[in-house]
Amino acid sequence: MAYNFKEEMSKPERLMGGHRMCAGCGGPVAARGVLRALDPADKAVIGCATGCMEVSTFMYPYTAWKDSFIHSAFENAGATVSGAQAAYESLKKQGKVDETYKFIAFGGDGGTYDIGFQSLSGAMERGHDMVYVCYDNEAYMNTGIQRASSTPKFADTTTSPAGSVIPGKQQIKKDLTAVIAAHHIPYVAQTTFIGNFKDLHEKAHRAIYTPGAAFMNILAPCPRGWRYPTENLMEMCKLAVETCVWPLFEVEDGIKWTLNYKPKNKLPVEDYLRPQGRFKHMFAKGNEWMIEEFQKEVDRKWESLLKKCEE
Amino acid sequence: MAIRERLSGNEAVANAMRQINPDVVAAFPITPSTEIPQYFSQFVANGKVDTVFVPVESEHSAMSACIGSQASGARTMTATSSCGLALMYEMLYVAASCRLPIIMSAVNRALSGPININNDHSDSMGARDSGWIQLYAETNQEAYDNFIQAVRIGEHADVRLPVMACQDGFITSHAVENIELIEDEKVKAFVGQYKPENYMLNPERPMAVGPYDTVNYYMEHKRQQAQGMINAKQVIMDVAAEFKAMTGREYGMIETYRLDDAEAAIVCIGSSAGTAKVTVDKLRAEGKKVGLLKIRVFRPFPTEEISKALTHVKAVAVMDKAEGFSAQGGPLGADVRAALYNDPFKAKIVNYIYGLGGRDVTVTSLEQVYNEMLEIAETGIVGETYRYLSVRE
Repeated sequence: MAYNFKEEMSKPERLMGGHRMCAGCGGPVAARGVLRALDPADKAVIGCATGCMEVSTFMYPYTAWKDSFIHSAFENAGATVSGAQAAYESLKKQGKVDETYKFIAFGGDGGTYDIGFQSLSGAMERGHDMVYVCYDNEAYMNTGIQRASSTPKFADTTTSPAGSVIPGKQQIKKDLTAVIAAHHIPYVAQTTFIGNFKDLHEKAHRAIYTPGAAFMNILAPCPRGWRYPTENLMEMCKLAVETCVWPLFEVEDGIKWTLNYKPKNKLPVEDYLRPQGRFKHMFAKGNEWMIEEFQKEVDRKWESLLKKCEE
Repeated sequence: MAIRERLSGNEAVANAMRQINPDVVAAFPITPSTEIPQYFSQFVANGKVDTVFVPVESEHSAMSACIGSQASGARTMTATSSCGLALMYEMLYVAASCRLPIIMSAVNRALSGPININNDHSDSMGARDSGWIQLYAETNQEAYDNFIQAVRIGEHADVRLPVMACQDGFITSHAVENIELIEDEKVKAFVGQYKPENYMLNPERPMAVGPYDTVNYYMEHKRQQAQGMINAKQVIMDVAAEFKAMTGREYGMIETYRLDDAEAAIVCIGSSAGTAKVTVDKLRAEGKKVGLLKIRVFRPFPTEEISKALTHVKAVAVMDKAEGFSAQGGPLGADVRAALYNDPFKAKIVNYIYGLGGRDVTVTSLEQVYNEMLEIAETGIVGETYRYLSVRE
């Protein structure tokens, strides 16, 4: 069925308003975007790693989630949801549950790239019929903007501050989507908020309804951590894609790589870096080499991706 | 008719698991509990159970998966030891606070470091404040019986807490003993179906588990959790009574052995109780008034039972197979002292650290303890209250 923006947006929300996430946060936009891909007749169990999303959407005695929801700790959303899925498999097999349930775990990049990495890898390798969704805002935002393995090089965070000697984070961003693709699970996708959300919606639908383990990595900007005006969420995502900093692609069974969008005119990385306070020091006189290096890294990864996708 | 068998403690627990037929088992191998998921996965592979077995990539994930599964409405079990239990610590508290009656076979082994695979109680003693009920077994038979009773205790509406059914690594887990198994259908009838009031896979009423709990609520939730542990005592006794009616085997919070007229006593946990019983018989034959108090349930702690049982005893040796590093003794020593504090007769107490990392516990070594206690009973002079047994110093 063709994607219809208006229809999709008029579906009842499964993550309700009234939660306490910041204005302009990408997290709930990612979660609602994924949940919209659920068939309204299907039930779901949602899991969440400790982080902004968990503490803001499920503060006792209120929950913003319409579906069953579980949070247990920071580093184990993969394992926790895999346990729920195993319970479903067992109870369904024994005829103790009739309904169809889908299993979706949400984790920020801290809970996914770093502390929850092992738990995620285990859940994917075991092939549980579940989707793990990372909403990647490129730092530990819940504890106050600390660097993670997902933080891009040179970014100014509270534990990789841009100082007079060390100019921000010194390591490049981990390519987690490729790492999970290397598990050769049925479906892996990288996306963000673009245009009418068609890309995110279709990927979420595929991830949820492909049997077995699936992983989605969604760039979900954090206006506080990235230091750009709150209202510019969509603009930031668009720039990430048009500069090829965050390409849109999907991988089937670890081997079939498909590029979903190729910019007509690849924009220079400055266009993406300039609006963000976390990269401000890169534009100081004498720091041109940082921008050059950043560009080189983006180009290197983009060329490698094009090859994998046979573009 | 009950089935007479010869089984190791691990085989016995794996068989209890098969008879219970849980919905999900999630486990990670660690010596000496490895055999339990090993035997059990064979039952799964041969279609002897309906269980979905989740071979997780760590013990932290084992407990996390158990939490996800039990919260979904599935009866869920695991097994672990030592560092595996330590890796679970964070999640043990979450399981208990979510009031999820997960059942764990904890096969006691020393904690690292240095790394050591043999028995002591440092692993489960470290988890004593996590909110789990803890049952300890002296024999393979008790390991089996406790595991079956654990299901009924944890799932009881007045309790709703996870249960750790502990046994001593290698000493009971690997040694083969005569054992009486209960018939499959009797075990199934005894444990019944798991019917939680609220669970995630209830289509009529979705449930949210594991909230962010603010200052306004956290303390009330902890108070309710504490009540579950307080209530557990009566439930443990009720379940034991039902179990006795089925098997003839009697269980309580504690077990006493020739203690009624004893002047000197040992208080211990687990397999050492067997060695202590032999020692008591030997010394009794010599006319020495000695007895034993075995702790079966460590959490909830049997304060009244201990106080009542030891009220006439003059000198008590509390045996800890775990260091507390408090510079005054181990965890059992602290709890037993507290239990006797309001007793008007207050026995003299010495806390022994013994059996660490598998250090052998022999009749000779326990005889030494009894003789030291008899001397205190006679002279009234306690001396050092924090002693090490069978150690080179």
